[in-house]
Amino acid sequence: MQKEFIKGNEAVVKGAILAGCTHYFGYPITPASEIAHAAAYYLPPFGGTFIQAESEVSAINMVYGAAGAGVRCMTASSGPGFSLKAEGISYLAGAELPCVVVDVMRAGPGLGNIFPEQGDYNQVVKGAGHGNYKVIVLAPNSAQEMADHGYMAFDLAEKYRIPVMILTDAYIGQMMEPVKFPSELKRAKRFEWAVYGDKESRNALVTSIVMSAELLEEHNIKLNKKYEKIEKDEVRFENYKLDDADVVFVAYGVSSRIAMSAVDILREKNIKAGLLRPITLFPFP
Amino acid sequence: MSTNPNILCKSKAFYDEFTRKGVDDVITTHYCPGCGHGILHKMIAESIMDLGVQDKTILISPVGCSVFAYYYFDTGNVQVAHGRAPAVATGVKRSRPGSIVISYQGDGDLAAIGTAEIIHAANRGESMTVFFVNNAIYGMTGGQMAPTTTIGQKTATTPYGRKVENEGYPIKMSELISNLDAPVFVERVSLADVPNRNKTRAVVKKALQNQVEGKGFSFVEVLSACPSGLKMSPVQTNEWVKATLHNIFPIKNFRDNTATAQSSFKKDASSNKEEVLKALNLLDQTTDYKPSVDKSKFADQNVRLAGFGGQGILSAGSTLSVLAMYEGLETTWIPSYGPEMRGGTSNCHVRVSNKRIGSPLVETPNVLIAMNGPSLEKFESIVKKDGVIIVNSSIIDKKVSRKDVKVYYVPLTQISTDLGVPAAQSVAGLAAYLAATKVIPVEKLEYVVHKSLKRKELADKNISIIRKVAEHVGGQ
Repeated sequence: MQKEFIKGNEAVVKGAILAGCTHYFGYPITPASEIAHAAAYYLPPFGGTFIQAESEVSAINMVYGAAGAGVRCMTASSGPGFSLKAEGISYLAGAELPCVVVDVMRAGPGLGNIFPEQGDYNQVVKGAGHGNYKVIVLAPNSAQEMADHGYMAFDLAEKYRIPVMILTDAYIGQMMEPVKFPSELKRAKRFEWAVYGDKESRNALVTSIVMSAELLEEHNIKLNKKYEKIEKDEVRFENYKLDDADVVFVAYGVSSRIAMSAVDILREKNIKAGLLRPITLFPFP
Repeated sequence: MSTNPNILCKSKAFYDEFTRKGVDDVITTHYCPGCGHGILHKMIAESIMDLGVQDKTILISPVGCSVFAYYYFDTGNVQVAHGRAPAVATGVKRSRPGSIVISYQGDGDLAAIGTAEIIHAANRGESMTVFFVNNAIYGMTGGQMAPTTTIGQKTATTPYGRKVENEGYPIKMSELISNLDAPVFVERVSLADVPNRNKTRAVVKKALQNQVEGKGFSFVEVLSACPSGLKMSPVQTNEWVKATLHNIFPIKNFRDNTATAQSSFKKDASSNKEEVLKALNLLDQTTDYKPSVDKSKFADQNVRLAGFGGQGILSAGSTLSVLAMYEGLETTWIPSYGPEMRGGTSNCHVRVSNKRIGSPLVETPNVLIAMNGPSLEKFESIVKKDGVIIVNSSIIDKKVSRKDVKVYYVPLTQISTDLGVPAAQSVAGLAAYLAATKVIPVEKLEYVVHKSLKRKELADKNISIIRKVAEHVGGQ
């Protein structure tokens, strides 16, 4: 199959749709807007749903509804918008709903500007919303990985019933590179916990509220066991010339690309440099 | 005594026992005596059974006393964040278009923290039914002011009474919603006495029936008693609702387009592979391009294209990358990043290599394609020794001062304009670079032009520009 020369922001949508994503809810923000543009372009022709929500808050809550109804769905934003989604992500984590949220980081704090930065690390990886929860965080560093992570994220999300974040930066989102897309179309499975509006799912309850202190503690212990399993089984990273390295860079996103070039320049000068590139930021390698 | 076994029976849309309460008492609801929620729940449950849609129903319950509606309704249930029910309901309904989605909200939820969500769900005409319980007070959180609290009404957060100067007026949601074009049905009803309850029962059913028939967005505002919040007896509270709320919030129908509204039902997304691949333009991914470069000998190309907006700089850069991709090389393209570049300077970084590319940034290009004067001035100094500079001599009078680089002066704008496509001047620059360096045969550019330009006439013009430029460079 011929590769396609494509922006990271567009590649992540195509990857997601090939993964069976049928619903996108979002709000425009630079430098993530091309994700919404691509979703608006590619979803409707085959009956998929794209809604430009009235706010980031609404977008993430539409995702909550769609995920609760058992479809593969996603949203995307950049720092200021991601902050607004934090409430919804906490609810998604509490209700254990699988979904995908892309954050194409810009510079902050506040309105900052639209240049690339990686300042959302804490709010995305450590959990911007209330309560103790964790989410899986993937960190693509190329257009190819934007596509690959869009394609893989839903499987991870459903395997663990957890929101999956794709955390990248303006460079990776805006950069164009050749991408090879998978040729298989994945589809959402049927879940016993989702509401389908039919007899079999009538008893389903999507909720994050647990009124009894004891039961909420139990729920949190269960969530923690899940996070521990994720930490044990889902660590992904790239080892770039690490084996004999005296100097090691640790970087993700576009920084890892720059670090990779630095490693090569240093190696030419007989300095044994290497790069540890986390591909999952939670679980961290 | 009636022999009808249904009389005094609990609706089958309720659970027999409310085990989700998680306490010993699984018979009574958690609602206070005299509260309107229980009455409205019953009307909704009965309507669900009347319409035969129990299996299809998905009830959305956000924060407020009715957050626990899922204790009672034997339907699909989704509990959601404060105010967000219409957004969640949108997500549910768009995912399960065959379901019957009910957004059940209180006044704080719908008219304060969730104002945006309800207005926009209504404005999109989402196929859902909203029940809005207006009791002029926050019940669950302990009797604070609601956006519908009346002027002068004392609450925990208006201990001296609600004042217009400080809190404004009670908000009238039915009036607001009925100002929008999309809603099909908007009505305000009351639970304050039996005649009003009878009417409410019919309106509740109608609002659900509308959804069953695919008629669109139905909104029912229900004036309701909250004896605990208002600190009155149930009887007094209902009297107060009638004497006070009925005057501020008139009981009436604001919109009923059900007779004329077209039924419309959305469909599920296709899961047909061919259909999805077609939508993604991924069906035909074969190519008859014949690579011509010996990859093992390919020297890294780090290119900066620069000029002003409108010269086609960015697309020419990506054209180079696409050509490199067809050759099986690694390549990256990134625009010099800025807010709005239109009208200002425009430049992009293109890297081509036979190895994996690290940084996509080109800080020290070995090729500069300078399409205007400021670009040459800005970037001349960063070009690597022995590098190449293509100068658009139609616009740039200045000569390159460096002696350690190879320079080609080509009237790119002139040639492109003469041959009828001024927008191709940067592609012309690309052609000049390829003709000069031969890193990839310039003729190969014609394949990419044919692929990317659907209009044959335009493609042909581009190709004659490329050939003319190549000829020009060959003569230098």
